[in-house]
Amino acid sequence: MFTPLTVTVVVTGLLLAVWCGYASFRDQPVKDWHYGGAALVEVFALAQAVVSTVALAGGDRPAGEGSTVVFVCYLVAVPLCLPLTVVVSFTERNRWGSATVAVGAAVAAVLELRLADVWAGAAGV
Amino acid sequence: MSETATTAGLDLKRGPGRLLVLLYGIFAVGAASRSIYQLSTRFDEAPVAYLLSAVAAVVYAVITFCLARGGERARRVGLVCCAVELVGVLTVGTWSLVDPGAFPDATVWSDYGLGYVLLPLILPLTGLRWLRGAAAPTGPRTTTHPDRQGQ
Repeated sequence: MFTPLTVTVVVTGLLLAVWCGYASFRDQPVKDWHYGGAALVEVFALAQAVVSTVALAGGDRPAGEGSTVVFVCYLVAVPLCLPLTVVVSFTERNRWGSATVAVGAAVAAVLELRLADVWAGAAGV
Repeated sequence: MSETATTAGLDLKRGPGRLLVLLYGIFAVGAASRSIYQLSTRFDEAPVAYLLSAVAAVVYAVITFCLARGGERARRVGLVCCAVELVGVLTVGTWSLVDPGAFPDATVWSDYGLGYVLLPLILPLTGLRWLRGAAAPTGPRTTTHPDRQGQ
């Protein structure tokens, strides 16, 4: 776990959620700029996944018994949120597509926070 | 729009339905993985709470499937499941506040889902509204105007 990356993913994820939420509020579909933003957040999320995988391979483990499985599940889940919702938004070119990407970005941010919690030893919830 | 809904092929996943499928899908996966983990590692600590999480997961999964599948029968099953979900979150929410000792560990429905920004309470209400509105013979009502985009 690399804390600056965690903060970056959470902050950019929430910003993207607000941005796309605003587009939905204005009755607009997801546009190229939004997709660019989503790609940026995704790059950070993937970087975190790579850093964490390297740490796991190097013998580092999240604190607490049996928390490695939980950690890996969250690690896989975070980078999936945005691609899945972006694909949905391709077929829903209206405000609901924007709302979908907004939810995906918010969920990615929340899962990233949980990921950091689990690494610190808060597994099991 | 190419997707014109008839009563036979009622499409429940377009427009606001997309958002519902996504949120219900997230809750289904979340509740299922959580209950599988808890039931397999520490069932003895809070069996009621963990079994309730499993029940919630099944309800969420069925609703997700119904919304994604569409059609009149799926709509009716979805309505029943949303009602069950609403009764569940109200019952468990009240129960967990009146008698906190009954739940040594939290469930998705504890405190009306406050730990999940009240989404467990908002979702069934929204779901019921969407599925009821979709009953019209012309298909789901939608307030979306594609021609207004870009303003």
